[in-house]
Amino acid sequence: MSTRIKIDPVTRIEGHLAIEAVIDDGVVKEARSAGTLFRGFEIILQGRDPRDANRLTQRICGVCPTAHATASALCIDDAFGLTDKIPDNARLIRCLILGSNFLQSHILHFYHLAALDYVDAAAVVGDLAPFVPRYEGDYRVSGEANAELVNHYVQALDIRRKCQEMLSIFGGKMPHSVGIVPGGVTERPTEDKIINFLWRLNEIRDFVDNTYIPDIIAVAKAYGDYFEIGQGCKRLLAYGGFDLPTGKLFKSGVVSPDLQLQPFAEENITEDLKHSWYADSDSGKNPAQGQTKPEPNKKQAYSFLKSPRYEGKVCELGPLARMVNNYVQGDSKVKELIDSTLAQLGAGADALFSVLGRHAARALEAKLVADAMVDWLQALKPDEPIIVENKIPETGEGAGLTEAPRGSVGHWITIKDKKTNRYQVITPTAWNASPKDDKDQPGAIEQAIIGTKVKDKDNPFELVRIVRAFDPCLACSVHLLDARAGKLGQFRVV
Amino acid sequence: MYMKGRKVATKEYPVIWLQGAGCTGCSVSILNAVSPRIQNLLLDELVPGQRLNMLFHATIMAGQGEPVIEVLKDTEKNRKGGYVLVVEGAIPTAQGGAYGSIGEIDGRHVTVQQSVEELGRSALLTIALGTCSAYGGIPAAKPNPTLCKSVKAVFDEKAIETPVVNLPGCPPHPEWFTGTISVILFSGAEALDLDNLGRPKLFYGQLIHENCPRRADFDKGKFAEKLGDAGCLYKLGCKGHYTYADCPLRQWNNGLNWCVKAGSPCLGCVEPEFPDGTSPIYEKITFEDLK
Repeated sequence: MSTRIKIDPVTRIEGHLAIEAVIDDGVVKEARSAGTLFRGFEIILQGRDPRDANRLTQRICGVCPTAHATASALCIDDAFGLTDKIPDNARLIRCLILGSNFLQSHILHFYHLAALDYVDAAAVVGDLAPFVPRYEGDYRVSGEANAELVNHYVQALDIRRKCQEMLSIFGGKMPHSVGIVPGGVTERPTEDKIINFLWRLNEIRDFVDNTYIPDIIAVAKAYGDYFEIGQGCKRLLAYGGFDLPTGKLFKSGVVSPDLQLQPFAEENITEDLKHSWYADSDSGKNPAQGQTKPEPNKKQAYSFLKSPRYEGKVCELGPLARMVNNYVQGDSKVKELIDSTLAQLGAGADALFSVLGRHAARALEAKLVADAMVDWLQALKPDEPIIVENKIPETGEGAGLTEAPRGSVGHWITIKDKKTNRYQVITPTAWNASPKDDKDQPGAIEQAIIGTKVKDKDNPFELVRIVRAFDPCLACSVHLLDARAGKLGQFRVV
Repeated sequence: MYMKGRKVATKEYPVIWLQGAGCTGCSVSILNAVSPRIQNLLLDELVPGQRLNMLFHATIMAGQGEPVIEVLKDTEKNRKGGYVLVVEGAIPTAQGGAYGSIGEIDGRHVTVQQSVEELGRSALLTIALGTCSAYGGIPAAKPNPTLCKSVKAVFDEKAIETPVVNLPGCPPHPEWFTGTISVILFSGAEALDLDNLGRPKLFYGQLIHENCPRRADFDKGKFAEKLGDAGCLYKLGCKGHYTYADCPLRQWNNGLNWCVKAGSPCLGCVEPEFPDGTSPIYEKITFEDLK
C-alpha cells in the first residue's frame, strides 16, 4: 500500500513549521522538517542601539520571551564588559523571571499543546470547536480518569496564568517583560514583593507536585508504547543556564548516545545552510561570524531554519538534554527525580529517549526549577544593588548563552560605532527542527520520526505526538510519501 | 465612524484566528485574561444568549492538517458576513507572500496574505490584534525584509471593505480584546468608538503620561538618571508622553504591575511608529524628533 500523507499545519505548537517524510511499508524512511515563516530579526537589528536588542528579541517568541531577554542581556553584558559586575540580586531576579516562564511554558505545553493527543476532550465538552475536528481512534483513557484530565486542562489554564502573574512582580508584565535589562534588572526585591512571589510560587509548586507529575505518570501508564517511539539522535546538548551567584542550575555539556560526557565549547557550533533558504556562501560558519541572507527560491532548500550542528553532529536540546546532562554530572536532586520516576514506571534509562521520556523530563524539570526558586527568593537582599551602570562601547563583541524552556538559546552580537553591526540568534527549535545539513544528516526531529511505524495513515497520531514532545516553537506540517510508489502526485491528506 | 450601519444579527460569533508574521505573544496575552477567563471565552456564553465559537486557532485547536484548512474554506464559503476574523501578526507580502504560510491545501501552500484577503473579504468584521497586525510592528521595522504590512493596508490594496478594529500593543492587554468583544455582544459592533488610528477610544483614549504614577515626579522635575532610580523615566527614553493606552490605570497581569511601575520606560508599543519611531528605546525622544 503506497500513500503520501501531508499534515500541514501541525497545530498546538508555537509558530510555523513543515515536515515531510517518506513512508515505506508503513514505516517512515525519510523525513523533512521545514520552517515556513521568516521575519528577519537579525537583519532588522542591524544599525540599532545595541541595548534595544534586549527588548526587540523578546518578540521572537511570545511563549518564551524571557529566555531571549536573558540571552540578549547576557550577550550585551558580555559586549559591554559587565559580565563579572552583575549584582547578585540581579542574577537572582533574572533567574526568578526566567524560572516563572519555564513553569508557565512547561504547564502550557503539556496540558494545552500536547494533552489533546492523549485526552478525549470531546467526550467531556461535546463536539465543540476548537476540540473538533481532530484525529480519531487512539484515546485510551476513558470515564472518570479522562474527565479528571480534562478538568486539569481547565485548571492548568489558571495555573499557567498565575505563573505569568508571578513573573510580572519582578518582570513588569507578560508576555514581553521589561524587568531584565543590560547591566541588571529594574525592580527592587522589597520584602512585600518577595512574599507575594513566594505564595504564588507555592500554589504552583503544589500543582506541579500533585497534579502535573501524577498526570504525566497516568498518561505514561496508558500509552506505554510511547516509551519506545521517537528515540531520535540520542546526542544531548545543553549550553547551561540559570546563572546564580553560586553557579549554574543547569550544567553545560554534550552527552553522547552511550551517555559519555564531553565538555561544551561554543566555538564548536556551526550552522549549515545547504537545505535552508539562505545563501550557501555563509554555510558552515560559527554564529559569531554567520550572516542571514534569505534566498527563498534556492534549489535543494526546504526550510527557513538553518542547521546548527556541534562538531558537525546532530544534537537534541531541551528538558531531556538538560536533565540527562545534570544526571551524568552527578546532580543528586536530578538523579533522585529521574531514578524514582523510572522505578515508578518500571522503565529503564533507555526509555528516556522517547516521546514519554521527553514529557516526563519536562515535568520533573518543572519541579526542579520551582523548588529551587524558593531558595533564590530567600537569597535576595532588599537593600543591595540591582543594576550596574553601563555605557555603550565604541566596538565590542559578545555572546549570551542560556537555557530556554525548549532548550539552549544563544545570542551573538558585534558592535561597531556604538551600533549593532551583526546580531545572530540560534533558538533551540533551530537545532531540534533543523533540516538536513551539508552532509545530508537529518535534524533531531527528522531522526525521531524516521523508523516510526504509522498504524493509521488517516490518523497518524505517532507523528504529531513525536513532533509535539519536542515542544517545537513553530507550526509544523508533516508530509509522508511512500518510497516504493514514488508517485508524488498521489497522496492522502490528513 | 466606519463601523456605523453594520448591524449584527447572529448570536453565536464564529471566530477565525489567523497568525501571520508574529510571535504568538498576542494569543498568550489573551490566555492571561482574568474576567472573563480564557475558558469562559472558549466554552461559555459570555453574555446570556451569546457566545464565541473558536473555529480556528492554530495554537489551541485539537485538529491539524488539511481538515483544519477545510474549516477556513468552509467558513469563508458558508458563513459569509457572519464570522469575526482575528489577525495576529503582520502580513508578509514580499515574493508573493512566500515568507509566511499557514498550511497546505491540494499540495499548495496557503500564504498568510492569501488567507487574510480571502477570509477578510467575507468577514463580519476583522480585529487586527497586536501592533504587527494593526500597523506592521517589528516585522515591518526597517529594512522590512519581508515587506510586512498591516491588515488595513492589505485590505485597502484589494478594496476589501470589511471594517477593521485595531487593537495594537506588543502584546495587547487581554482586556482590550475581551472588552472589545464585550462591546460587540452588548451593544453591537457599530457601537465601537474608534480613534483616527482605528483603535477603540475606550482603551486607547488617554495618554500614558496623563495617568502615570510618576507624573508628579515629572511635574517637579525629578528625573531618573539611570535605570533602577526613582523619578520620571523621561530622560531614560520613556515614550509615555505620546503613547495612548490605559496601562497605568488598568495595569497588567491581573493588575499587578506594568512597564513604568516596574522601572522601565514605556516603549510606545501601541503606536504605529513602534519600533522605528520609538527607538532608541533608552534615548529621550522629543516631539521634534517625531516630525
